[in-house]
Amino acid sequence: MQREKNNIFAGVDLWLVSMYILLVFIGWLNIYAASTSELHYEVFDFNARYGKQIIWIALAVPVVMVILFIETRFYERFSSLFYLAAILSLIGLFIFGKNINGARSWYDIANFTIQPTEFAKAFTSLAVAKLLSDKAFTFKPFKNHIKAFFIILLPAFLITLQPDPGSAIVYLAFLFVFYREGLSVFYFILGILGVILFLLTLKFGTYNSIPIMILVTAGFYVLFMIYTAMYKPLFLKRNWMNTTIILVITCSYILSINPLFENVFQQRHRDRFNIVLGHSTDIQKTGYNTDQSIKTIASGGFIGKGFLEGDRTQGKFVPEQDTDYIFSTVGEEWGFLGSTIVIILFIVFMLRIIQVSERQKTTFSRVYGYSIAAIFFFHFMVNIGMVIGILPTIGIPLPFFSYGGSSLWGFTLLLFIFIRLDANRSYEW
Amino acid sequence: MKKNGLLVGIILLVGLIFIGRLFYLQILDNPYKTSPLNNASIKSVYDYPARGYIYDRNGELIVANEQSYDVMVIPREIKPMDTLEFCSLLKIDKEYFKGRYKKAKIYSPRLPSVFLGQLSKEDYAPLQEKLFKFKGFYIQKRPIRKYPLKTAANVVGYLNEVDERAIAKDDYYQQGELFGYTGVEKKYELLLRGTKGVKRIQKNRFNKEIGSYKNGLYDTLSAPGNDLTLSLDIILQQYGEKLMTNKRGGIVALEPTTGEILALVTAPSYDPNIMVGRKRRKNSVLLLGDSINKPMFDRGLKAQYAPGSPFKIITGLIGLQEGVIDENTIFTCNHGYRYSRSRKMGCHAHASQVKLNFGIYTSCNSYFANTYRRIIEKFDTAHEGMETWSKHAKSFGLGNFLGYDLPVGNRGLIPNANFYDQWYTAKNWTATTTLSNAIGQGEVITTPIQLANMTATVANRGYYYTPHIVKKIKGASLDPKFTTKHVTTIDKKHFEPMVQGLFDVFENPGGTAFRSRVKGIEICGKTGTAQNSTKINGATVKLTDHSIFIAFAPKDNPKIAIAVFVENGYWGSRWAAPIATLMIEKYLNREISRKALEVKMFNGSLQDEYDRQLNDPEYHAESR
Repeated sequence: MQREKNNIFAGVDLWLVSMYILLVFIGWLNIYAASTSELHYEVFDFNARYGKQIIWIALAVPVVMVILFIETRFYERFSSLFYLAAILSLIGLFIFGKNINGARSWYDIANFTIQPTEFAKAFTSLAVAKLLSDKAFTFKPFKNHIKAFFIILLPAFLITLQPDPGSAIVYLAFLFVFYREGLSVFYFILGILGVILFLLTLKFGTYNSIPIMILVTAGFYVLFMIYTAMYKPLFLKRNWMNTTIILVITCSYILSINPLFENVFQQRHRDRFNIVLGHSTDIQKTGYNTDQSIKTIASGGFIGKGFLEGDRTQGKFVPEQDTDYIFSTVGEEWGFLGSTIVIILFIVFMLRIIQVSERQKTTFSRVYGYSIAAIFFFHFMVNIGMVIGILPTIGIPLPFFSYGGSSLWGFTLLLFIFIRLDANRSYEW
Repeated sequence: MKKNGLLVGIILLVGLIFIGRLFYLQILDNPYKTSPLNNASIKSVYDYPARGYIYDRNGELIVANEQSYDVMVIPREIKPMDTLEFCSLLKIDKEYFKGRYKKAKIYSPRLPSVFLGQLSKEDYAPLQEKLFKFKGFYIQKRPIRKYPLKTAANVVGYLNEVDERAIAKDDYYQQGELFGYTGVEKKYELLLRGTKGVKRIQKNRFNKEIGSYKNGLYDTLSAPGNDLTLSLDIILQQYGEKLMTNKRGGIVALEPTTGEILALVTAPSYDPNIMVGRKRRKNSVLLLGDSINKPMFDRGLKAQYAPGSPFKIITGLIGLQEGVIDENTIFTCNHGYRYSRSRKMGCHAHASQVKLNFGIYTSCNSYFANTYRRIIEKFDTAHEGMETWSKHAKSFGLGNFLGYDLPVGNRGLIPNANFYDQWYTAKNWTATTTLSNAIGQGEVITTPIQLANMTATVANRGYYYTPHIVKKIKGASLDPKFTTKHVTTIDKKHFEPMVQGLFDVFENPGGTAFRSRVKGIEICGKTGTAQNSTKINGATVKLTDHSIFIAFAPKDNPKIAIAVFVENGYWGSRWAAPIATLMIEKYLNREISRKALEVKMFNGSLQDEYDRQLNDPEYHAESR
């Protein structure tokens, strides 16, 4: 039986590819709208950002070709090597990196900056897929938990040090993958609980909420203990240790939130949280971007003002509008109709990835597919959530929309490795 | 498929939340909706209306308008140009040009701001011809103020460029515009300013004007401001200003029957025409910075002095009302009033056995000290007595803002029982502790307009209307509070003996203003000489007394009530009384019979006295 196909385009999922092309195209239109000016308005003006984006898009084509050309097993075999290369490139940033906007996240090669963070996501996904597809791997023994978490937390940690905490948060996406592959829901609940407790403590103030939350947690603990003692004594016998540990961890976490917030976070991060939690609304300074972005979207109305007719976009009201705040352009020029279509397009795109990964025959492909679905989702949620003002300001790009070569190629890499893996499924057994 | 349900579910949930949020932002009404006009692609060109004119009560034009031209700039539309020529056209230097350009650019590179305000017609003419050479600059016409009579600067006030606070408070204003900053201009800003018209012009993204925005849907026409008629008699006002030359102080003249302000003079003052146009900035620094003469300080409204003897009228009226004295009550005065073994309130030499009428026209301190003591001691506690006294005194509009329609003022002070309780924490104060109040010294302080209002109240025999400066507004009605009668707590019958006493101040040869009487006019008045002191290097130094006079005329059906303060004018009948009577004569007869006195007042100067305060280290006032 043939193990690899001959035609590199054979078996490629046309749904995903066409959605990719559509998203990149819509993205470019909006970059054009956001970065055009009276000095730069010709489409092929390569001094303007939209012109450069055309180059990045054009250069993505050979990247896609190469990805589709390489054998499936190559990705699987060399995934550890890719991962190692990603880690090394992240470490290398501390020595050779270029500082842009206060973060040492770029390599500067011949006037050409490249951000390894964007590629690390794909390689980490490969490594996770590799680990989880090992036939001997299950989430039963605790040391496997450590292995799995080590793989995702190492790059996240390195990225945090750049510092680029926004991009590091994306690695939380792998929790979905681990859960899908059998990790106890316990971690998941712990994560969600952590975030909820964090926000609650900040929202309601340290002194009011901490004793109450500790009491409530302890109350739950006691109730749980009584319940299991009465109805499931066996379960209690086996799990009393774990449950108590959770209690201790939760309580010390609650106590550590405020010192953590005050000491580890920088003032700009604290300001962003405070704005979303409604503690401060300083639209002159910290809240300016978000405020402008929301007003710009709100001014779009139902059908929008039309392509290149958005006066707030053309007037450059929103800072960073062609990168992180690109969605505000959609909101203004295409209105509720256009932005809803974009959101639905993204949702369909992500659901399609999940659907395709579920039909994979190898664990490797499935895990990889699931990983990228989760990563796309995180970018989608955090970015648009920020732009429409319901999440704190965390600067990560919107896949295929935000201006930038590294991010476009990073997401292309992420997606097309999966398309390549999927294209080969009929040859797997 | 079971375990991937979580991610699918969350994706759908987040998508739904996002769409919901967008629905709220883009379709529902929400606080983030901004005006479609607030954007850079619409250029707004304003048409400034003529500000309302201001007339005096006889229709004399006090404040008019003149055309001026603002040079506007849109920084990013500036193309390379001959800066030197531009500067010489505008008569500015290069540094100033750079500074203004920078300021405009910081404000906004895309929005117009005023580059150089209020060019005169003469400066505008040569510029107009060459303006086409300077891209990014254009001219905006704007009327500015003109004061043909050069008078009443303190009353009409002046216009100033709007500050950021004013813009934040009222979005009608834009940077570089003018608004009423003091006086009537400030108080009646909303009526005077009218409504500016606006034309919205759509620009395309190459910044070219492509026509009117939405076919003029948002354009408005300008509406001129309302004209105001002030109650001021401009002849009297100018006459008062002339009388007060080289003196410091204030004159307030009211029409008792209506509360209209006939004259409001403060001295020294300035020509309002210097606070207009491009010279305003320089002159406002000079005027506001003059901390010695304080020409911007409206002494008629804001200066607080001890009222001195005129306050005896109040003490006497309260005594009559409370029944502690009557017309025939007799007190003795032996060069003063001895109220304890060692303490005595001095008085000048006059016959003893003092009745009310005599007490007033000779201004006997003892008489009113006795009366005051009886008022306070009528009640079981001094506390109660003081409250009663205070309530009566305040019913004359003293001790608080009067509520007139000018933007500055002061409360003055009529103390009450609490005031002394706080001062003397042991609360052991008595009538004699506060005895100075009886003769308008001690804690009592008033502003000239309060004193004028008090005089009007006496002239009306017991009521007053809130003083006001505006008589008529074209196209609007007067605030009803100016037509509401305020009645005092003193019965009408008690005023007659008091008015008779005030009349005798002029008519009785022993009266303190006997020498200031005017043939043919029945004037009632009261002199005042108020002690005052200041701190020099930490030590309290007694200064020359203020000269005070209040008067109304004619005695029956009074037409004018007046209060005159002359700072450091020695004593009441030396400066204030002649000035007050001259004012009354001018208002009622328009002709002055006492030419010599008039000339003496015009030329009289207290400048030496004021210089001495500053320069003489051993300054001590003559004690009179």
